[in-house]
Amino acid sequence: MNLALSLFPLGWQHYLLGGLLIGAGAALLFVLTGRIGGMSTVFSSSWSYLVQRPFFEQKRFVDSRCWRLVYALGLILGALIWWLGFAGGAPQATAVPDWQLLVGGFFVGYGARLGNGCTSGHGICGLGSLQWPSLLAVLTFMATAFLTANLMMRVLP
Amino acid sequence: MSAARVLSTLLAGMLFGFGLSFSTMIRPEVVLSFLRFQDFGLMLVMGGAVLVVLLAYKLAPRLLQRPLLDDHFHEHPSVWNRDTAVGAALFGVGWGICGVCPGPAIAGLGAGNGSLLWALAGIALGALVQGLRAK
Repeated sequence: MNLALSLFPLGWQHYLLGGLLIGAGAALLFVLTGRIGGMSTVFSSSWSYLVQRPFFEQKRFVDSRCWRLVYALGLILGALIWWLGFAGGAPQATAVPDWQLLVGGFFVGYGARLGNGCTSGHGICGLGSLQWPSLLAVLTFMATAFLTANLMMRVLP
Repeated sequence: MSAARVLSTLLAGMLFGFGLSFSTMIRPEVVLSFLRFQDFGLMLVMGGAVLVVLLAYKLAPRLLQRPLLDDHFHEHPSVWNRDTAVGAALFGVGWGICGVCPGPAIAGLGAGNGSLLWALAGIALGALVQGLRAK
């Protein structure tokens, strides 16, 4: 009991249930449409609507850009249902400063696309299909994220 | 895309987005507290999601000839090379700075957290620069 409390001070049930729901979403996509639903590709495939460069014109982006946008829209709607139904529609805020979100976001976007996957692509879909390159990618980004987050905590108050 | 496929893709995304919100992964503080070893909840989120996906990816192609609404099951082999290593390392640095990854940045739009637009803009910009620099 004490161990659970020290590992999960905010409780553990919502984490596990939320994770199962995330997995159910990716599983449903696969069973119904056969697709592998990582999240970061939508950031490259959507640029293909606007930027006429060979990189963005790749078949894998152009062919998938439509369903990826629909999938992303679903993410927004699902979060909206949670917000209105479970969080009372109260405005959410974060204590993380805007510049940190923007700068961190830039590296997240650049890195996820260079490395062909993020926490959902390598983390959930890649590990879920037992691919060792994805496991290495997960261990790599976990390691640099641990280092960065702890360094940031020391440097910034 | 047929209407049934659009609807099922939307529904799958909704489950995903609801799960991200319900598990509080759309709150950067919660992700950062994991990265600072203060709350290990993210392991349960990822573990739970991987478990369900693993079952679906293994069982569906055995039990079904093809997906219910399309003609074949896709595969997305990942490769380990310099780009994957450097990309994953940079992704982790960014994730450690902001506590937001691509899924929560998108889902955050629906959950009334306007600040997450900064992260979304950063990710979109990063993906653009990566594509412009790519050969």
